[in-house]
Amino acid sequence: MDTELILMQLFSGVALGAILVITALGLSIIFGMMGVVNFAHGALFMVGAYAGLWVASLTGSFWWGLLVAPIMIGVFGMLIEFVLIRRLYGRSIDDPLLLTFGLSYVLVEGVRIVFGSDGIPFPTPSLLTGVVDLGVGFFPIYRIFVVALVFAIVVLLWLGLEKTKFGLIVRAGSRDPMMMRVLGVDISKVWLAVFGLGVGLAALGGVLAGPMRSVNPEMGALVLAEAFVVTVIGGLGSLVGAIIAGLLVGVVISMTALFAPEMATIVMFALMAIVLLIRPQGLFGKLA
Amino acid sequence: MNVPSVAAPLAADARKPARLKAMMTTYRVPLSILALCILPWLLPSKALAVNVLIYGVVCVGYNLLFGYTGLLSFGHAAFFGAGAYITGIAIGQFGVSWYLAVLMGVTGGAVLAFIIGGMSTRTRGIYFSMVTLALAQLVYYVALQASTWTGGENGLRGFTVNRINLFGFDINFLDPVNKYYVLMVFAAAALWLVSRILNSPFGAAIEAIRENERRARTCGYDVERTKLLAFTLSGTICALGGTMSALHLAFVPLESLHYLTSGMIVMMTLLGGASSFFGPFIGALVFLLMEDVFSLWTSHWQIIVGSIFVLFVLFLPKGIWGTFLSRVVR
Repeated sequence: MDTELILMQLFSGVALGAILVITALGLSIIFGMMGVVNFAHGALFMVGAYAGLWVASLTGSFWWGLLVAPIMIGVFGMLIEFVLIRRLYGRSIDDPLLLTFGLSYVLVEGVRIVFGSDGIPFPTPSLLTGVVDLGVGFFPIYRIFVVALVFAIVVLLWLGLEKTKFGLIVRAGSRDPMMMRVLGVDISKVWLAVFGLGVGLAALGGVLAGPMRSVNPEMGALVLAEAFVVTVIGGLGSLVGAIIAGLLVGVVISMTALFAPEMATIVMFALMAIVLLIRPQGLFGKLA
Repeated sequence: MNVPSVAAPLAADARKPARLKAMMTTYRVPLSILALCILPWLLPSKALAVNVLIYGVVCVGYNLLFGYTGLLSFGHAAFFGAGAYITGIAIGQFGVSWYLAVLMGVTGGAVLAFIIGGMSTRTRGIYFSMVTLALAQLVYYVALQASTWTGGENGLRGFTVNRINLFGFDINFLDPVNKYYVLMVFAAAALWLVSRILNSPFGAAIEAIRENERRARTCGYDVERTKLLAFTLSGTICALGGTMSALHLAFVPLESLHYLTSGMIVMMTLLGGASSFFGPFIGALVFLLMEDVFSLWTSHWQIIVGSIFVLFVLFLPKGIWGTFLSRVVR
């Protein structure tokens, strides 16, 4: 097996991992700040992909879809928080999970009604088709773009959370929401924004994944399982963990696809099982 | 003199529902079996009644973990599917007799539940739901890949049980009424087992863990072992439901392992009322009735069922039976 093929597959894994990172980050941010496990995350990823496709076909440009769809679905996420999830604060931690699961049912069926049950091809934007020679081999331009964009967003998120006043409030709110209320911060607005941000990230993941996978109403199921595996490996609520585990899972999946294709979907679950046996709290998680 | 004669009937009236409730708890197994006996004659079709029986057993088993131990598993499709697949493979590929195949399916499901439970009960709180979901999806993908055994995407076929021999009686198993009453024996056994478990000291221990895990630990209970045992028992009963489903359909769809099946089990249980004995069966009945009715109007019945479930989580988290109990019987 020549090194060029291995390098290409490795890079494919990084691109796949980048999508996982952006999706798992959304899940992890929502959980870390609000203590809510969003079971509709996979469905919202799928809705994001459809919204991207819809906006792109309406405007004739992929770029509008990439920009508008995550914002649109993010606002939709804020609506979900405002109308539904807000009522469940103070109840069992399982209740928001059950509610978002029911919601995912509704979202998947809703998309089937509007766009039909069959998969729809998501064309790669013309600017990003083709491959580029990087000296060590030919790499698809679109995947390079995905990795670069995800990297930029991760840096922006980090700056936003660590260096701004809003980030400070969000981090403090995740530590002690009651104290933030005492200090005069309207924490419910912070949670609204955080949920919107997390859902927007899922939608962005969906739009980015569109040209790499086919878009269908069931695509969210696998994504949800993948995002769970990544957050369990990385440690729930840990952003660094989500990034490292996302890339790790992406690379492991695509390297397995090279050597034993029939094991590709199974291997990430095996990886999770191993991590659980050694470190039940995940690689970067803190013991509860 | 008049006072007691007015007060006494009032007091008796107030106590009546409570006494009724106590009586229903004492005779919960005979009462359920009685209800199951007349069920097929109340429903629009016998096939629906068999489905209620199957998912009722699955939900009663699931509720042992969700309602009574307080652990929200999103992976019970793995045990349901494992029971169904093992039964189907045993009959279709090894020519095992049907009762031995059922026994193998249940045992296989129990072993799988012990393994998955062993890993997932190590995790705390919200992790548990995610880990059970992920491990169950692992089983799903293994079944998808091992297509020489499982039929892969097309599901498992070719193990029709036409006639079964029951203690010397030869019974036509294709007749829906015969099928219902044969499978009802399994359901009755499962209900009796769950009732027996809940009445035992172990039943008290799992409820103690649900109410307050730390306190249960302080009281000296081995919380990890108790959880694992509850998980295994619950998975075993789900596997029994799976074997019943295999016998009923003579077909195991790959979807029976999918996490949406796990979600359906959760929805049914919550709809009927978790942590009550009759709740899960009522939930299975109502869910399947809704599916039956709504799918006549639209192929998108899931959007209605999903919305109803969301409303239940928001406003009636105790489910139909639980709300009924808390409103009528105080």
